[in-house]
Amino acid sequence: MLVAHLDPLASSIFSLMAIASLLLAFVMLGSRWLNNYLYAFAAESWVIAILSATVGFYGGYPELYFIAILTGVFRGLFLPYLLWRIIRRLNVSREIHEFLQPSSALVVGAFCVIFSLAVGYRVGQSLGLAATVAVLALTVMLSMKLIGFLMLAIRHEAISQVLGLLVLENGVFLGAQILVPGMPVLIEIVILFDLLIVVACFGVLVQYLLVHAGTTSSLGLRRLVG
Amino acid sequence: MIMVGSLLLALVIAPAAAALGCLAFHKRSIAEKLNLAASIIVVVAAIPLAVLSASGPYRFWDDYIVVDMPGAWVTLCTAIVYLLASIYAVGYMRLLKEEEEKLWSFYALFAGFALAVLVSTIMNNAGLYWIAIELTTLVSTFLVGFERAAESVEAAWKYIIIVSAGISLALLGTVLFYWSGSFVLGPVYDMTWTTLQQTAPKMNPTLVSLAYLLVLIGYGTKVGLAPMHTWLPDAHSESPAPVSAMLSGALLNGAMLGIVRYLAVADSAGVGPFARNVLVALGVLSLLVGALFIVRQDGIKRLMAYSSVEHMGVIALGFGFGGIFGVAGALYHMLNHSLNKSLMFFGAGNVMRGFGTKEISQIRNVWARYPVQGSLWLAGAAAITGAPPFGLFLSELVILRGGIEQNYGWAVAAMIVLLIVIFVGFLNHFREMYFEPSLQTDSSTPAISSWCVTPMWFALAPLLLFGLWWPSGMWEHFSAIAYILAGISP
Repeated sequence: MLVAHLDPLASSIFSLMAIASLLLAFVMLGSRWLNNYLYAFAAESWVIAILSATVGFYGGYPELYFIAILTGVFRGLFLPYLLWRIIRRLNVSREIHEFLQPSSALVVGAFCVIFSLAVGYRVGQSLGLAATVAVLALTVMLSMKLIGFLMLAIRHEAISQVLGLLVLENGVFLGAQILVPGMPVLIEIVILFDLLIVVACFGVLVQYLLVHAGTTSSLGLRRLVG
Repeated sequence: MIMVGSLLLALVIAPAAAALGCLAFHKRSIAEKLNLAASIIVVVAAIPLAVLSASGPYRFWDDYIVVDMPGAWVTLCTAIVYLLASIYAVGYMRLLKEEEEKLWSFYALFAGFALAVLVSTIMNNAGLYWIAIELTTLVSTFLVGFERAAESVEAAWKYIIIVSAGISLALLGTVLFYWSGSFVLGPVYDMTWTTLQQTAPKMNPTLVSLAYLLVLIGYGTKVGLAPMHTWLPDAHSESPAPVSAMLSGALLNGAMLGIVRYLAVADSAGVGPFARNVLVALGVLSLLVGALFIVRQDGIKRLMAYSSVEHMGVIALGFGFGGIFGVAGALYHMLNHSLNKSLMFFGAGNVMRGFGTKEISQIRNVWARYPVQGSLWLAGAAAITGAPPFGLFLSELVILRGGIEQNYGWAVAAMIVLLIVIFVGFLNHFREMYFEPSLQTDSSTPAISSWCVTPMWFALAPLLLFGLWWPSGMWEHFSAIAYILAGISP
């Protein structure tokens, strides 16, 4: 178990990375410009890539270097590029009808983090890992999930929803690197490629939405109810 | 072993080849034949596979692939729906004149969808199972949005967003399961279902409970358990009828298999009662939501979709109750529901084409206009509400008995009341469509090709047979599966 006996330096680097990505999730939550979401998402992916490499270094998992490169290239460059192209083609640059002001969204996000901390601490305690980086990893993983769901719930632009989904997955990815660095590489690679396909699908769908439903905001999707 | 291996290869290669063939030729006439041929091969391979699995489990390819009894059963249900839907698609898709040009792509996606569901049932690694389920979403999204009407695109968008969000919770749960296993097995191991189940007694129960809940909500979204069912009525009602049948009869079972396997792990980890209570609660809630929306429904395919929510609830109740009766009933219900729901969607598709509307209030005098297939559809409606002498009556009865045996009195009571409400509500819609006088005088009756009626016969005949006679071999098969899921070798 890597997290149980980790030297203090590694432990603080992991914590720093985890907190940095959580902060970037808050940046996404607190902005209403699509481009800001995108940059924050790209930065978050880079932090996770660096985290993979550090875990690989300290835990002795050389295959994680490979994962780090793939994460950086796919999630840090290629996905943001694809989304950037879609944003440019759609001609939408910001959320217009928010369900919740960004400031209120930040407060709700903070409560999500507190809740995740409670859950993470409880699990850490029952595992005898309460004083390790595992609690932080669990907290960040769960709070990024909750923030992702929050973004899905309060944002209406198609691109924001895609990014919300990607934040959900980033949370899992980040937690997995710290908690289960030995998880079979095959699976991680396939998940990376899988994401790429997801975004390609979204690209096509967003086009459909625009052409056939006449809008890319989910507020316009009112035909099917009951 | 070689026999099973070659059957497995046929099962996977046939739809893959059909999908590639459709992509290569770009012609409707070739594509529909390829898809039909593939579905026949799949059924021919799946039947002996389900039988042979009893002497298994057989593992292939470094333990990544397994043919075990629960998986092979779901494979069989999937294969049957794939065949019925492929026959039906030939007739139904020809009616969509405006899509004529790109029907080849429909068949390519259709075969790809069947392939993804089939592959998910034979995955032995929990991570790869997740990927297979995610693939089913990606392929089927384009099938849901195939007609490109505004409604279809809206349904496809809701489908991919809700299901991807849900399935990402299942990924988190999978990671946590791996983590809890790594305390026992070390940081690197193969997360097969057997390994998980064998290691579970030594796992931390708190962590397993959390992981199980995440997995249940995640795959539960895909199964369409309430309250995560919101994508289901839209996707089922807006996709072409053969796709609706596949979604309902094949995909939902494929995701249910994951829940069942994780339930077995939770059972061995000692959190069984908690895990079962949650599943039973979701099952009852699905029945409730299904009942409420069935009673007041005007969309003919949405009616069928909510009936799917209901029946997934019934299956969840069966597995949640557990014991031999619960599991056997749920497995039997899976097959019966697959057959019956295909029949219902085929009928709904025909009626929709015949009357040119999806609204129940516009459909009248079905019997007078379509005597043969109208009778088939009405028989199917009686069957799906659980009336004897059809298969679903037997399987629901056995599930109820399983619930009484396992002391889930409240759930059994709720299930009985809700099933009665659904029976009345569902058949009331059919009474309106069959016996209420028509408001319009227009009685032009577009002919429905025999491609669209034959699969209804194929679905109804076994349904009647299974209602009158539950083969004893099948009963033994089910009890063996119940033992496997309980972690006991029979």
